Amino acid sequence: MSAVEEAANEAPAVEAVPKRAMTLGYGTSLVVLALLIIVPMFLKNFFVFQLTMLLIYALAVLALNILTGGSGQFSLGQSAFYAVGAYTSAILMEHMGVNYALTLPVAGIICFGFGFLFGQPALRLSGIYLALATFALAVAMPQLLKLGFFEHWTGGVQGLVVTKPDAPFGLPISQDRWLYYFTLVVSIGIYIASVNLLKSRSGRAFMAIRDNEIAASAMGVDVALYKTLAFGVSAGITGVAGGLGAIAVQFVAPDGYTITLAISLFLGMVVGGVGWLPGSIVGSAFIIFVPNIAEHISKGLSGAVFGVLLFLVIFLVPHGARQVAMVAQQMLGKLKKN
Amino acid sequence: MPATLRTAAFGAAVAAFAFAPASALAQKKYDTGATDTEIRVGHIVPYSGPASAYGVIGKTEEAYFRMVNDNGGINGRKVKFVSYDDAYSPPKAVEQVRKLVESDEVLVVFNPLGTPSNSAIQKYLNAKKVPQLFVATGATKWNDPKHFPWTIGWQPSYQSEALIYAKYLMKEKPDAKVVVLYQNDDFGKDYVKGLKDGFGAKASMIVAEESYEISEPTIDSHIVKLKATGADVFISITTPKFAAQAIKKLAEIDWKPMHILSNVSISVGSVIKPAGFENAQGILSAAYAKDAADPQWQDDPGMKKFLALLDKYYPEADRLNTSVVYGYGAAQTLTKVLEMCGDNLTRENIMKQAANLKDFTPDTLLPGVKINTSTTDFAPIEQLQMMRFKGEKWDLFGDIISGEAGH
Amino acid sequence: MELFTNQVLAGIATGAIYACMALAVVMIYQAIDHLNFAQGEMAMFSTFISWQLMQWGIPYWWAFLATLIISFAGGIIIERLLFKPLAKAPVLTNVAGFIALFAIVNSVAGLIWDFTIKQYPTPFGSSPFLGSQLISTHQAGMIGVTVGLLILLYLFFQFTRIGLAMRAAAAMPESARLVGINTSWMIALGWGMASAIGAIAGILIAPVVFLEPNMMGGVLIYGFAAAVLGGLTSPLGAVVGGFLVGVFENLAGTYIPGVGNELKLPIALALIITVLVLKPAGLFGRPIVKRV
Repeated sequence: MSAVEEAANEAPAVEAVPKRAMTLGYGTSLVVLALLIIVPMFLKNFFVFQLTMLLIYALAVLALNILTGGSGQFSLGQSAFYAVGAYTSAILMEHMGVNYALTLPVAGIICFGFGFLFGQPALRLSGIYLALATFALAVAMPQLLKLGFFEHWTGGVQGLVVTKPDAPFGLPISQDRWLYYFTLVVSIGIYIASVNLLKSRSGRAFMAIRDNEIAASAMGVDVALYKTLAFGVSAGITGVAGGLGAIAVQFVAPDGYTITLAISLFLGMVVGGVGWLPGSIVGSAFIIFVPNIAEHISKGLSGAVFGVLLFLVIFLVPHGARQVAMVAQQMLGKLKKN
Repeated sequence: MPATLRTAAFGAAVAAFAFAPASALAQKKYDTGATDTEIRVGHIVPYSGPASAYGVIGKTEEAYFRMVNDNGGINGRKVKFVSYDDAYSPPKAVEQVRKLVESDEVLVVFNPLGTPSNSAIQKYLNAKKVPQLFVATGATKWNDPKHFPWTIGWQPSYQSEALIYAKYLMKEKPDAKVVVLYQNDDFGKDYVKGLKDGFGAKASMIVAEESYEISEPTIDSHIVKLKATGADVFISITTPKFAAQAIKKLAEIDWKPMHILSNVSISVGSVIKPAGFENAQGILSAAYAKDAADPQWQDDPGMKKFLALLDKYYPEADRLNTSVVYGYGAAQTLTKVLEMCGDNLTRENIMKQAANLKDFTPDTLLPGVKINTSTTDFAPIEQLQMMRFKGEKWDLFGDIISGEAGH
Repeated sequence: MELFTNQVLAGIATGAIYACMALAVVMIYQAIDHLNFAQGEMAMFSTFISWQLMQWGIPYWWAFLATLIISFAGGIIIERLLFKPLAKAPVLTNVAGFIALFAIVNSVAGLIWDFTIKQYPTPFGSSPFLGSQLISTHQAGMIGVTVGLLILLYLFFQFTRIGLAMRAAAAMPESARLVGINTSWMIALGWGMASAIGAIAGILIAPVVFLEPNMMGGVLIYGFAAAVLGGLTSPLGAVVGGFLVGVFENLAGTYIPGVGNELKLPIALALIITVLVLKPAGLFGRPIVKRV
C-alpha cells in the first residue's frame, strides 16, 4: 500500500507512472489473451457482440490513456475522433464499396492527421483550457456531421446503414464471431504497438513532458512536436476504434457520437487507472456493463445508481484498476518471499 | 416473475392442455418468445440522458400490460414486458435490442422510440425476421412494407402533418409569407420536407427557415431574426420546451403572426399552460389523440378508462403529459393485434395481423380517427384534425383529414 | 441596422444567463482550483427546491431566502461527504466524481419532479422593458442582479479576510496552511457559496428557459465558455465573458452566411479558443506563472 499512498499524497494533475508499470507482465498478458480467445467460443452471439464492443471501447480508452497518461494532455473530445473514424469507414464501405478491413487504416490515418492538426492550437493550452477546447470539439462534431453541405456523404440526420461483413473464405462461423476475432487481432496489434511506443524514445519524451514540460525542453525534447504527435497517435487509434464500432453496430448517426461518449471514455480511463494501459479494458467493461447493472437495479433512478456505483469505485480505488493490480502484485510478492 | 406465480400458471396450462379438444391443439403455433402462458414483448426507450422525458411512455405501457395481466392476460397468456434504456444513442439501442432478441428471447420488439435508434435496429430486426412493431417516430420511411416487411409505424408521419398545414395555408392565406423554425434533427427536417412538398410550386411562400439545436438554452435570437423578415405566418416545428419558449417570446416582443404549432408540442399541461394561456390564443395545430388536460374530454368514456388505469396502476403519472396518452394508445394497439393472433403466435402471423387492422379505435384517439392497415399500408394512423387554441383548450374544427404522404 | 441592434440586445439578454452561471463557475474555481461539472445540475436542483416551496404556499422571497440557505448548506454537505474523502485522490478522479454527482442529481430530480417543463415565476414581471420590445423587465432585472452579485463578490474577494483566505487556500494551499488558514474548511465554504450563487442563477434563468431537470445542460456549456473566456479567476471577466458570448453567438448566427445559423455554438467556441491561444489566461485572468 505504501507506494500507492505515497503517490496519492502528491496528487499532481497526472501522476508520474514509471514506464514499466504501464504494462502487464508476460504471464498475466498470456492468461488474459487466452481468455479473450477461448471464452467467446462458448458464448451466444449477443455476448460475442458485447465483447466486441468491449474491445472497441477499450481501444478508445487506450488511445485516451496514451494522450493523458502518456503525455499529460487532457481531452474531452475523443468522441469527435471516434466519429470521424466511424464515418470514414461507413462512407468508404457504403459509397465506394471499399473492403471493411481496408477502411480501418484509412480511418486511422485521417484521424491521425486530424488529431495532429488539432494538437497545434492545443499546444498553447493546458489543463482546464485544453479541456474546454477539446470539449468544444466534441460538442461541434455532431453538428458538423448534420450539416447539409456533407449530407450526400453522411446521410445527414438520418445517418448511414453499414453492411456487416461475413467471415472470409467460407469459414463456418457467424458474422459476430468473425468480427470479434477480427477486432481482437486489430486490438492486440494496436496494444503491442502502443506498449512499444511508450517504451521507445518517443514514449520517454511523452512522459518527460508529462512530468515536467520545462525540464523536458531543457533536456532537448521537442515539446511541440511530441505533444502534437501524442494527439495524432491518440486520435488515430480512436479513429480505428470508431471504424470498428461502425462495422459492429452497422449504423452511424450524429446522435451516436455526442459528448456523452467522450465522457464515458474519460470515465473508462479513470476507472481503469490513468496511465496504465491494461486498465483500458477494465475501464471499458465499466462503461459498458455498469449502466446496464444500474438499469437493472432501478429503471427510474438508473442515472443515480450509476453515479453511486461510480462514487463507490473512486472511493475504494481512487487510482482505478491500476491500484488493484499493484496491491495484488505486492501481495503476490510477499507470498513468494515467504 | 415470482417462481410461485410461474408454476401456478404452468399448472393451469397443463390442466388446459389435458382437457383441450384436439382441434384447438393443432392450431397452436409459437415462435420464440411465446408459450401457452406467456408472451414476451421487448421495448426500448430513453430512461436516461437528454431525452429521458420520453421514459414515461415505457412506464405507461408497463402499467397497461400489468392491467392486461390482472384481467387474465391476452387469450389466457400473460404479457411479459421487458423494457430497456437506450439513452437515445443508436449504438446502445443496437446493444439493447440484440439483448432483447438473443438473450431475453422476446417475440416482438414493440414501440422503440426515436428515428436514429429505429434506423439503427431496422436492418438487424428485418434480417432476423423479428417484428419491429409500431415504432415511436413520425418519419415516413417506416411505411415501406416492400423493403422492410418486419417494420411498421404507428403515429401519423411528420410529413403528412406538415402537408395538412401547407394545404390549409394555401387555401386560407394564399399570399402568406411563411417562416419556419425547426429543430435540427430528423424530426425537424422531415417536417420541412413535408411543408415544401405541400406547397409544391408555391414553395417560395416560405421566406425563411431557421434551425436550432436542442443544446441551445434559448431560441430568442432565432425568433428575433424571423420577426425581422416581416412574415405573417410562423410555423413552429419544436419540441415542448422550445415550443413554450417560442410562444412566450412572441408575446414578449409583440409579434402576432398566424402561429402554427407541430403536434409534438400541443400538450395543454406541459406546453401551453407554462407558456401562458393569454399568449397562446389563436394558435393552430392538428391532433389525432385526446389531451387529458382538456376539459372537453372529462366525460369521455375512453378517457375515463385511461384515467382509471393511471389511478390504479401508475398513480404517480403526470396526467397532463401527452406521452402518457401516447403510451396508452400504443399499448392498446399491440394488445389488439395479439388478441387477433389467437393461438397462432408466430412472428409471421403477428405481422399479418398488424397489417390487418380495420377501423380500430384505441380509447385515446380523437373521435373519427381510426387505425387502418393493409399489406401495402404500414402507416396505422393517418388522420388528423385541425384545431385552434381558445380560452384554456383546443377547439377542433373542420373535417378529419387524411395526410397521405409517401404514397 | 435594426436587425443588428436587435440581435445585440437579444444577445445581451441571453448573455445575462451565461454571465450568471459563469459567476458560479468562477466561485467554485476560486475555491477548489478546478471546474465542477455538476454545478449546473446543483443549480437546477436548488431551483426545484424553491419551486416546491412556492407550491407549498411559501411566498416568493421567503422561498428564495430559504433556498439560498438550503443550497449553501447542501453545497457544504456535498463537499464534506463526497469530495473531502477524495481530496488526496488525483484531479481526474475528482472530475469523475463530478460526473457521478451530475448523474445522481439529474436522475433524482427527474424522479421527484419528472421531466415536463414547469413555469417559474419572476419578481420582475415580463412586460417590455422601457418600451423596448427586445428586453423584458425580467431580463433587465436579471442583468441588474448579475451586476449586483458581481460587485458583492468583488468586495468579498478583495476586502474581506475570509475572501482573501479562500483565494489563498485555492491558489497556494501549502503557504495558506502555513499562515494558519484552515484550507479544508475554506474549500467547503467555497462549495457552499458556489452552490448558493448557482441557486440564484437557476432561479433567474428558470423563468426564461422553463424549469425541468435538463434545463442547465446547455447553459452550463455557455457558462464554462464565458468563465474561461473572461479568465477563470475574475468575476468581472466572467460577466463580461457571458455578455460577449451571448452577443457574438447571435451575430455569428445572423451574419455568417450558409453555416452561421447551424454552427452558432461551434463558431462561438472556436472564437473563444482563438482568444485563449492568444491570451491563455483569458481576457481578465491573472497570467499563469510557470515555476521550474
